Amino acid sequence: MEKRHDYVLWFEECNLESIPIVGGKNASLGELLSAEIPVPPGFALTTKAYKRFLEQGGIKKEIFKILEDIKPNDMDSGEIASKKIRAVIENTPIDENLQDYMGEFYRQLSKKCHVPAVPVAVRSSATAEDLPGASFAGQQDTFLWIRGIDDVFTHVKKCWSSLFAARAIYYRTKMGFPHDKVEISVGVQKMANAWVAGVMFTLNPASGDRASVAIDANWGFGESVVSGECTPDNFIVNKISNEIIKKTISHKTFLYTRNPEKHCIIKQDVPAERQDTQCVVDLDVIELAKIGKKIETHYGKAMDIEWAIDKDTPGKAKIMILQSRPETVWSDKKVTPVMSKRSSALEHICAGLVAGRKVSN
Amino acid sequence: MADKSFPNPHEIEAIPGTEGWERMYPYHYFFSTKDKEREAYENNTFWFNDALHYPEPLYPFDIIWDEAWFLGLSQFNTRIFMIPPVYGVDHRIINGNVYISPVPITDPEEVQKRIPLFMERAGYYYENWDRLHEQWEKKMTGIISDIENLEVKQLPAMEDISVVKNGIGTSSGYELLKTYDKLIDRGIRCWQYHFEFLNLGYASYVTFVDFCTKAFPDIPLQKITQMVAGIDVILYKPDDELRKLAKLAVEFDLGSHIGDDTKNVEDVIAALQSSENGKKWITAWEKAKYPWFNISTGTGWYHQDISWNDNLNIPMSSIRIYIKKIIGGHNIDRPMDQIKEERKRLVHEYRGFLKTDEDRQTFDQLHGTAELVFPYVENHMFYVEHWFHSVFWNKMREIAAIMTDHKFLNEPEDIWMMSRSEIKEALWDLVTAWATGTKGYGPLHWPEEIAWRKGVYQKFKEHPPIPAVGTPPDVIAEPFTIVLWGVTNESMTAWTKLRKIGDPDKVNEIEGFAGSPGVVEGIARVCRSVEDIGQLKENEILVAPTTSPSWAPVFQKIKGVVTDVGGIMCHAAIVCREYGMPAVVGTGQATTIIKSGMKIKLNGDTGRIYIER
Repeated sequence: MEKRHDYVLWFEECNLESIPIVGGKNASLGELLSAEIPVPPGFALTTKAYKRFLEQGGIKKEIFKILEDIKPNDMDSGEIASKKIRAVIENTPIDENLQDYMGEFYRQLSKKCHVPAVPVAVRSSATAEDLPGASFAGQQDTFLWIRGIDDVFTHVKKCWSSLFAARAIYYRTKMGFPHDKVEISVGVQKMANAWVAGVMFTLNPASGDRASVAIDANWGFGESVVSGECTPDNFIVNKISNEIIKKTISHKTFLYTRNPEKHCIIKQDVPAERQDTQCVVDLDVIELAKIGKKIETHYGKAMDIEWAIDKDTPGKAKIMILQSRPETVWSDKKVTPVMSKRSSALEHICAGLVAGRKVSN
Repeated sequence: MADKSFPNPHEIEAIPGTEGWERMYPYHYFFSTKDKEREAYENNTFWFNDALHYPEPLYPFDIIWDEAWFLGLSQFNTRIFMIPPVYGVDHRIINGNVYISPVPITDPEEVQKRIPLFMERAGYYYENWDRLHEQWEKKMTGIISDIENLEVKQLPAMEDISVVKNGIGTSSGYELLKTYDKLIDRGIRCWQYHFEFLNLGYASYVTFVDFCTKAFPDIPLQKITQMVAGIDVILYKPDDELRKLAKLAVEFDLGSHIGDDTKNVEDVIAALQSSENGKKWITAWEKAKYPWFNISTGTGWYHQDISWNDNLNIPMSSIRIYIKKIIGGHNIDRPMDQIKEERKRLVHEYRGFLKTDEDRQTFDQLHGTAELVFPYVENHMFYVEHWFHSVFWNKMREIAAIMTDHKFLNEPEDIWMMSRSEIKEALWDLVTAWATGTKGYGPLHWPEEIAWRKGVYQKFKEHPPIPAVGTPPDVIAEPFTIVLWGVTNESMTAWTKLRKIGDPDKVNEIEGFAGSPGVVEGIARVCRSVEDIGQLKENEILVAPTTSPSWAPVFQKIKGVVTDVGGIMCHAAIVCREYGMPAVVGTGQATTIIKSGMKIKLNGDTGRIYIER
C-alpha cells in the first residue's frame, strides 16, 4: 500500500536519516526546525516521487534509450540527448495520485502561510552529494517566486529533468556511474516575503566580541544588506542577557522588493516616513539574537546568517532564517591571550595599576 | 585634548557678596599663587568637582568627612599599601565645592621600587582577607558602640557632691571638651577604617573590569559588576526588615491600624497597642530598629541626611507601600534566587566565550579575587556612612543644644556653619566662661558670623560648580578615580558640554551613565529627598539627586529612574537592574533641568534622556 509519506514530507518530518529519500538540503531544513530554528515552511518530494513519475509516465525506457545513443567523448551527442530527455520529462504529465499529494500539500502550505497560491521556491535536493565529482548541486536548478499548483508541477519537473543536464550526464558517463542509480528529491518552500531583512553575525564583526550578536537590517529583501549597498540599522545584542547594548538607526533610502506581476526583484525608494525609523522593533531584534545563538549552538561555531521578517503572517512578525554559514574572519584569526599569564591575581592587579588607564584616545 | 579645556583654578572669582568665604574652610584647601611651585602644580593638575559625594556645597562642619577621607584614602595608597604608580588624592575647595585630583608618581624608578612593597603588603591583605575583615567588623562595631554610649552632659550650676566624695578631680566643663574630642576622634578613626579594605577592593575590581573589557569589548560595565556583586548585601537589610514587617502586618490583618500616610507614626503605634497581634507587631518593629533604622535617607555624608530613627514616618510609609503591594497580590520579595542564578549564568557563559586556557585561568584568578573583595566595597557603607554617621550627627546635635543654651547659637542646626576646630575653640570659650562665672565671647561673635555664612552658603548653592579646573591628564591609575567618579575621556567631554549650556529651560537632552538597560517614556517626578516620595504616583519616572537604600520601596511604584549623582555602581543603578527597569544615573543636573510633570523619555541603553517641551 502506498502512502503519502512515501512521496511527500513536510520539512518537519525530515531529518538526517531521511537524506536518502529527501536529499541533504531538505533534510537539513528539517534538522534546523527540530532545533527550533525557524526556516520558511515547505515540503519535500521524495526520490520515490521522482521514480514513480518515471514509471507511471512510462518514460523510463525512452530515457534510457536516448542515453544509449550518447557517444563518449562526443560532447555534442550529450547535449542533444540532454535536450531530448529534458523535453520528455517536462512534457510528461505527473500522474494523478502524485498530483493529488502535491496539490494537497501546496494548498495546506498556502493556508499555513495565509497566502492564496503562495509563492514558493522550487529547488532540487541531491541525495548523492558524496558521489565522485560530486557537484550535482551546482547543476541542479532553483526556481524562485513560483506561484500556483500548475507552475509548481512545471518547475518540479524542471528540477527532475536537471538530473539530465548535459554536464551531469557527462560526469556520470565519465565516472562510469550508472544513470539509473541517481535519484533526486525536490523541495517546495515558501518564498520569504521580506518586510525587513538582513544579516546577523553571532559575534561582533567590528570588535570580535563573542558575547555579542550583531544584526544589520534594512527594509525589504536582504539583498540591499548582503551586497553592502545600503547603510543598514545596526544592533548589538548581548548574547547572554539578551539585551540590546547598542543601536544605530541609519538613514535608509532604498529597498528591494518584488514586482507583483513579473515576480522579479526591483529596487524602490523607502517611503520618506520610514527612512529614519528603526526597521526591526526591539523585541524582534532580541528574538533574532536568540535564534542566532541557537544556530551557533547547533553548529558549534560562530555563524554568519541571512534572515528575513516575513510580512505574510498576520498579527506578528515571523522571523525566518534563509541561510547560515560559519563566520570566517574572526574564527580564523590566530588566538592570543587577553592578558599575559601571571601567577596570581595580585600580579595582575599590580601590573594593571602600573599600566594605569589611558583617558585620552 | 584640544576640545577639553578647563579654566585655570587661580582665575576663578569669588561670587559677589561672598568675599572672605575662605575662612569657612580649612586654610590648606585653597588654590594659591603665593608660591610659584604650588601655583604650577595646581595649574598642571586636573581637579574635578566631587559631585558624587557632594551634590551641594559643603557646610563648614560637614567638611570633616572630606578631611577624613583626604587623609584615609591617601595614606593607604601612599604610605601603607604603597600603590606603585600613585600617591593619594589631593583636595581643594572653590566656592564651597570640593575639587579633587589623584597624585601620580612620575618617576619610573620610584614606581619600580614600590612594586615589591605593594606585593608584600597588599598580598598580605588579599591572602588574609576574611580574618582581617572579621577583625575590621569588630573594630567598627566597637567604635560605633563607643559613640552610642557617649553621654553629652549639661553643665551644672554646681557639680554633684559625688565629684567631691569620689575625689574625681575633673569638672563637667572638662568632660564636655573631652566628649567633643572623643566624638571627633571616633569620627576620624571610623574613616581610617573605612579605607582599610576599600582601596584594595577597588584595585581588584578595576583589574577584573580591565580584563573583561579587553576580552569582551562590548561588555556593559553593569554585567561585570553583576558577576562580582554580593547578593546578601548588608545595605539591603534595612529594607528587608520593612518587607518583613509589611508581611507580618498583612498576616495579622493590621492594615486598618497602620492606615495611610495621613496617619502619624505615634498614632499608628497607639492604635496597634489595642490588640495582641498589634503588640506583637510593635515588638517586631522595635526589634528591627537596631541597628537597621540607622540607615540614612540620603548618602549619610551630610548632617541633613536624617536616618529612619529620626523620622519613623519614613519607614512606616514604606511599609504601607509594601502592604498595598501584598494586598494587590504582588510578591514583594527580592528575586534572590533569580539574581543568584543570573549571576552564575553570566560568569559561566562569559567564561565559556573565552578562547584559551590562559584566559580562563586569568578570568578565574581575577573573578575570584574581585568576588572576595566586593562585598566589602558594598557593605562598608552601612557601618560608616549610615550607622556611624547617623549616631554621630545626633551626638553633635546634643552638643549644639548646649551651645544654644549658652547663646552661642541661635538654634542647634546653626552648628553646621562652624568648622570642627571652631567648635572646639567655642567650647573652650563656653566652658571657661562657665568655670569662671562670666559671660563668654561666643554669643557676641557666632550668631552674627553664622548669619553671614548662611548668606554665603545660599549664594554658593545658587551657582552650580564648574565640573573641573586645571589640566586634564593622559593616564589615570588611581582606582577610585576610575571606579567611583568615572573620570574618562567621555565624562570629561560631557563636563565641557555642561559648561556651555546656560539656560536649563532650553535643554532638551541630558546625558548620563546607562545605569540599567531599557527605554521608557513617562511623567517625571522630581523628589529632592526621600521625604518627597509620597508625591510619587504609580508609573511615574523618579528624578532624584541620588537614591539610597531607604528609597527602596519607591522602586515598586515607578517605571524608571534618573539621578544627578552616581555611576554604574550607585544604588539606583543596582536596584533598577534588579527590577529590570531603565535607569540613567550621574547626569549631573537632571533635577535642575527636569521639572515634575514633564514628559520625558529615558534610554537606559545609551544613557540619554529626552525632554518633551
